[in-house]
Amino acid sequence: MPEIRNMTMNFGPQHPAAHGVLRLVLEMDGEVIERADPHIGLLHRGTEKLAESKPFNQSIGYMDRLDYVSMMCNEHAYVLAIEKLLGVTPPLRAQYIRVMFDEITRVLNHLMWLGTHGLDIGAMTMFLYCFREREDLMDCYEAVSGTRMHATYYRPGGVYRDLPSMMPKYEASKWHKQEEVDRLNENRQGSLLDYIASFTDRFPRCIDEYETLLTDNRIWKQRTVGIGVVSPERALQLGFTGPMLRGSGIEWDLRKKQPYEVYAKMDFDIPVGTNGDCYDRYLVRVEEMRQSNRIIKQCVDWLRKNSGPVMIDDHKVVPPRREEMKEGMESLIHHFKLFTEGYCVPEGEYYSAIEHPKGEFGIYLISDGANKPYRLKVRAPGFAHLSSMNEMVKGHMLSDVVAVIGTQDIVFGEIDR
Amino acid sequence: MTNSTANLAEKIEERFSNELIHCITDCDQVTVVLAADHLLSVCKGLHDDEQFAFTQLSDLCGVDYSTYGQVDWSTNESTSTGFGRGRQNNDQESSHNTNERFAVVYHLLSIKHNIRLRLRCYMSDEYPRIASVSGIWSSADWFEREAFDLFGILFEGHPDLRRLLTDYGFIGHPFRKDFPLEGNVEVRYDPDKKRVVYEPVTITNRVLVPRVIRDDNRFATSTEEKNDA
Repeated sequence: MPEIRNMTMNFGPQHPAAHGVLRLVLEMDGEVIERADPHIGLLHRGTEKLAESKPFNQSIGYMDRLDYVSMMCNEHAYVLAIEKLLGVTPPLRAQYIRVMFDEITRVLNHLMWLGTHGLDIGAMTMFLYCFREREDLMDCYEAVSGTRMHATYYRPGGVYRDLPSMMPKYEASKWHKQEEVDRLNENRQGSLLDYIASFTDRFPRCIDEYETLLTDNRIWKQRTVGIGVVSPERALQLGFTGPMLRGSGIEWDLRKKQPYEVYAKMDFDIPVGTNGDCYDRYLVRVEEMRQSNRIIKQCVDWLRKNSGPVMIDDHKVVPPRREEMKEGMESLIHHFKLFTEGYCVPEGEYYSAIEHPKGEFGIYLISDGANKPYRLKVRAPGFAHLSSMNEMVKGHMLSDVVAVIGTQDIVFGEIDR
Repeated sequence: MTNSTANLAEKIEERFSNELIHCITDCDQVTVVLAADHLLSVCKGLHDDEQFAFTQLSDLCGVDYSTYGQVDWSTNESTSTGFGRGRQNNDQESSHNTNERFAVVYHLLSIKHNIRLRLRCYMSDEYPRIASVSGIWSSADWFEREAFDLFGILFEGHPDLRRLLTDYGFIGHPFRKDFPLEGNVEVRYDPDKKRVVYEPVTITNRVLVPRVIRDDNRFATSTEEKNDA
C-alpha cells in the first residue's frame, strides 16, 4: 500500500474568495484542514512609515485607503487622536455629521460584507441586492466630499464642509431617456438630508428582503451554522472585537461603553449572538444595519433642526475660508503656514479607539511636538481576526475556509497597512 | 480626568510598587513604564488579578526612539535634505527621557472594568530582546511577529517568530528610523531572465513638504553652537 501523506495546498493570493490578496498555506488531511498558515503583507504599503514623513493633515487620505470599504471610520479614529493631543473639540453639528457618516459607513461596510460573503458561499442574488443599496450611500459620500470612496472629509476640528443643500441629479443622455432620468431623480429633489431620510425609510424593507433570502435558507444555514465556532473566552484571548466578539456573546460596543462624539445621546441597541458561529455573526451584522439605520434617522432629525458651524474657528489648525484668504493678509499667512508647514501637535501620546464596522479600530499616535507624527500605529481589527484563522478552520472542510474568511470580514487594506 | 483612570493609576502603583519605573496619566490614559525583566510577572498579574482583569491585548507595537525630538533643521538655504519638522521648543521636560532606543508598547483592555492601560518597556541593545507575552494573550502572536519584522525586536519564547508583512527574503527592518523611506531595493520583471529581479532603488526620496526657511530661535541656537565649536 502506498504511503499516504498530508497534502499542502496553496489558497490564493489570486483567488476571488480570498477577499484581496490573502495567501493561505493549508495542510490538508483529505478534505479536512490540519493547519492553516496565512501569509499576509502582499498589500503592505508602509502607511505608518509614510505618515511619519508628512504633516498630520496629509495623512488623512492614507486612512481612507486602509480599510477601503469603511473609509470615514478610519479617518475618524485618526482625526480623534489628533484632536485629543491638540486639545480641541469639534462643534456639535460636526459631531452629529460624523456620527451620521460613521453609521452610513457601517451600513456600506456591512452591505459589502453581506454581498461578498453571500457570493462566496453560493447566494448570487445577495451581491446584486447589496450593491444596489450601496450605490445610494456612495452618492451620499460623493455629495458631501466629491469622491465616492476616499473622502478625506473628516478633518481635525470638524468636517471639511457643511452638508450640501441639494443633491446632484442625473442628466438625460442618448443612453438614458428623460422618463428614466426623472425616475432616478425622484428622491434627489431636496437636500442631502432629505435624500438620506428617504433612504432610511426604504432601507428596513431592503434588509427584510435580504433576510427572506438568507435567514431561513436551508443552504445558507448548512454553510454557516456551527462553522468557525469561537467561545467567548477564546474570542477575548484572540483579541476579537466588534461583531466577531458580539457574535460570541460578549456585549461590548465602544459606542455604548466608551462613547465618543454624540453616541451617548443616541438610542440604539447592541445585538449579541449566542453560539459564536458564522450564522450568529451574520445575524449580529444584519441587526447592526437596522440599528445603524435608527442612528442615522436620529442624526438626520437633529441636523435638520439645528444649524451651526462644522469646523472650529482656530486658524492655527483649520485653514481659513477661501474668500477670507483672498482678502485678508492674516488669513493668507495662516493658509500659507498650514499648507506648507502644517500645525505642530504638542508632545504626547494618545490611543484613540472607535467602533469601526469590523471591530475596534485604534490609532496610537506619538507626537514629539513636531508637525508630523513621530510614530503612528494602526490597530486594525481584521489583523487580530485573521491571526485566529488557524484556530477557526482547524478540523473544518476546505469549503468552510471560504465561509470563515467571509465571516471575519477581511479587508487587506487594513491588515497589511 | 475621570475617576476610573485615577483609581487605576493608584491601584497599579500600589500593587506593582516594586516593578514599576513610573506611571503617568496623560490625556485621561494611564501609561506604565516597566523594566523589561518584570514584564511577564506584571502582565500575568494584570491579566489574572480580579481588580484589573485585563483580559484583552488590543495592540502591541514597537517604537524606535532614536530620532525623538530631533529638529533636523540644518540649513539656511533651500536644499533637498534640510527642512524643519517645525518642532516647537517647549521648556517642559520631555516625557521620553531615556537613552534607550527601542520600546515595545502594549495596549490592554479590561472589558470587566471598562478601562484601558498602556505598558511600555524600553530596550537599549543593538539587538533588542524582550519576553513574549503570547502565553498570556494569544492575540500577541501576530503583533509580536509584526514588531519583529518591522523593528527587529526579538520576542523570547514566541512559538513561531517569522517575518509577517515584508517580502520573503527581505533584508532589514523597515520601520527603524535609519531605514530610508524609499527603501533599498526595487523589483521589476526581467524578460531575459524570465523572473522578477531585485535592484538597488533608482528613485530619490521625494520631499512632499515645501521647504520653509525661517529665522527663528531654533536656527539661532544652532548657529551659537557652531560658533562655540
